[in-house]
Amino acid sequence: MGTTLNGSAAVASPASRGRRRSKRSPLTRGQNLFGWIFVSPALAVLVIFLVLPIILALYISFTDWSGITSPFSHLVHWVGFQNYRTILTEPGLGQSNFGTAVRNNFYYVITVVPIQTALSLWLAILVNNKFLKGKGLFRTAFYFPSVTSSIAITTVFIFLFSTTGVVNRILGFFGINGPNWLYDQNGVITTILAALGVHNAPSWSNFQVLGVSLWGWLSGPSFGMCVIIILAIWTTSGTFMLFFLAALQNVSEEVEEASEIDGASPWQRFRHVTLPMLRPVVILVATLGFIGTWQVFDQSYLTGPNNPTMVTPAFLAYQVSFSDFAFGEGAAIAFILFAFIVLLTLLQRKFVREDLTK
Amino acid sequence: MSGRNYTSPHRRLIAYGLLIFFALLYIAPFFLQVANSFKTDPDATANGLSLVPHPPTVSAWNEIFGISSTGVTDFPRWLFNSALVALLITLGRVFLDSLAGYALARLDFRGRRLVFGLVIATLAVPGVVLLIPRFLMLKELGLFNTYPGMILPICVDATGIFMMRQFFLQVPPALEEAARIDGAGVFTTWWRVVLPIVRPAIITLTILSFQSAWNEFAFFEVATISPKYYTLTTGLADLVAGGLGSANQYPLKLGAALLTTIPVAILFFMFQRYLVRGRLEGSLKQ
Repeated sequence: MGTTLNGSAAVASPASRGRRRSKRSPLTRGQNLFGWIFVSPALAVLVIFLVLPIILALYISFTDWSGITSPFSHLVHWVGFQNYRTILTEPGLGQSNFGTAVRNNFYYVITVVPIQTALSLWLAILVNNKFLKGKGLFRTAFYFPSVTSSIAITTVFIFLFSTTGVVNRILGFFGINGPNWLYDQNGVITTILAALGVHNAPSWSNFQVLGVSLWGWLSGPSFGMCVIIILAIWTTSGTFMLFFLAALQNVSEEVEEASEIDGASPWQRFRHVTLPMLRPVVILVATLGFIGTWQVFDQSYLTGPNNPTMVTPAFLAYQVSFSDFAFGEGAAIAFILFAFIVLLTLLQRKFVREDLTK
Repeated sequence: MSGRNYTSPHRRLIAYGLLIFFALLYIAPFFLQVANSFKTDPDATANGLSLVPHPPTVSAWNEIFGISSTGVTDFPRWLFNSALVALLITLGRVFLDSLAGYALARLDFRGRRLVFGLVIATLAVPGVVLLIPRFLMLKELGLFNTYPGMILPICVDATGIFMMRQFFLQVPPALEEAARIDGAGVFTTWWRVVLPIVRPAIITLTILSFQSAWNEFAFFEVATISPKYYTLTTGLADLVAGGLGSANQYPLKLGAALLTTIPVAILFFMFQRYLVRGRLEGSLKQ
């Protein structure tokens, strides 16, 4: 975990590679002291409200704490791996709820991350075009959904996707009878298969993983989940567009003009000048995307109680803790999610590093 | 994906067409939101797509501004709480994240790799892993259900530190070296030389920090229990999730959601011109 995110660390300072230098130049004198002065306030907050709580949460995930007494009281019992077994290995509601939540979120991640990364880069490049008039207007339009609180915008989407709502009205113009979006638990793939005449799950697909049958795993996102997927792409692409725009502004105009004079085509200029310079930002956006999309909470808070196919592991952890008062089990879910995200991040960083050193 | 400059009339036309289509797609829900907040509940439920309220009414807005409160909601109070908490969190983040980001980018102190590793590791920590333990930590520290308890835990964020570090890395070291050779100390160099160069980044961080603090929901949900600490987000969530009130109440919910959106939108409109062009290039030309 102590590894660096990407190649930018290598860019940082070749000097840091041999950081035990025998003699210090006047430039680096005092850096030890000031370095610590500069980081300690931020570090203190991160340690007290992040690192220590995580250690406490880990402890809680091995107990039956109900959230009422002090977690260190004698009424709280050490239960070993029981909470983890309830979620992962023992057939039952705890397991199938968790499996369903993972399935739900999986489809969310594999649709949202690639689309939002590509869309935000594409929007940034369109908006950054120097021949474009009224670019401020367009940039504002694209960024606007991002500034909205997720609670506020989910409220709007709940309205838009209601049964007699705006989206179904528009679909109606095309003769399409829209689904009951937010309450519809049917998977998109299952629905397409049904339309093709495949109604029953083949027998091989009754095999269960995490309390969910293979047929359930292959069902695709539910129509309800599609609402959150559309919402996520629509809201986050504006934020990430800003990241790309900020970077594009640092791609010096001179460089672009020079390559223009060299007779490079627009595509060549993008491929060989702009994109390589944007590479660190592409990596940043994709990384933030992968980390963020496994943490869907607010949207699930508002819709999940009515539709189990919209419950994410993040919300399930909360629900189990604060509604069912099974804080131990909730903490265990959060930790499994935590471990999974860390694993994903490490894999991605490894991939990114190999990509950079090739 | 395309990086073309639309120099030929055809290409420019296509670009404009695409831009206008997407812009409408991004903006339409807000027009519908505004229109429906002036409708009656049955009208909003049945004719959501219409931009003309029939009949128009301000009853939702009367409740939002506390003119005809049903006693269930207290929007003025929620607004005050949101503003107070978001301002203080933003102040903390901008200052502390830039300090730490600079140290991690440029100051060669012992343990830097360890601290940077911690920041990077922190980036990977899912927010909800922290919901339960932060709730516990606030209770143990006696900060549960207080304003400091809502502010302190999130007045620094790893994303901001990482972002600032990336921006500081892009500043040519030559400028700092010149300042240092002229005898400026570390803090002076940072404050007088480096920060002005990364001003666009600071503005970006300010906007992003305010936005995320104003929009924060999950953490406030577990950090407080009394309605007097409701922010616009936790209050609205309670209204939508069904804890407060009854029926569809679409106009009220949409109006409240709009109220939650407006302050951040104004901030963005005010500051967006600063985002246009970094000052990095300018400072190198001199």
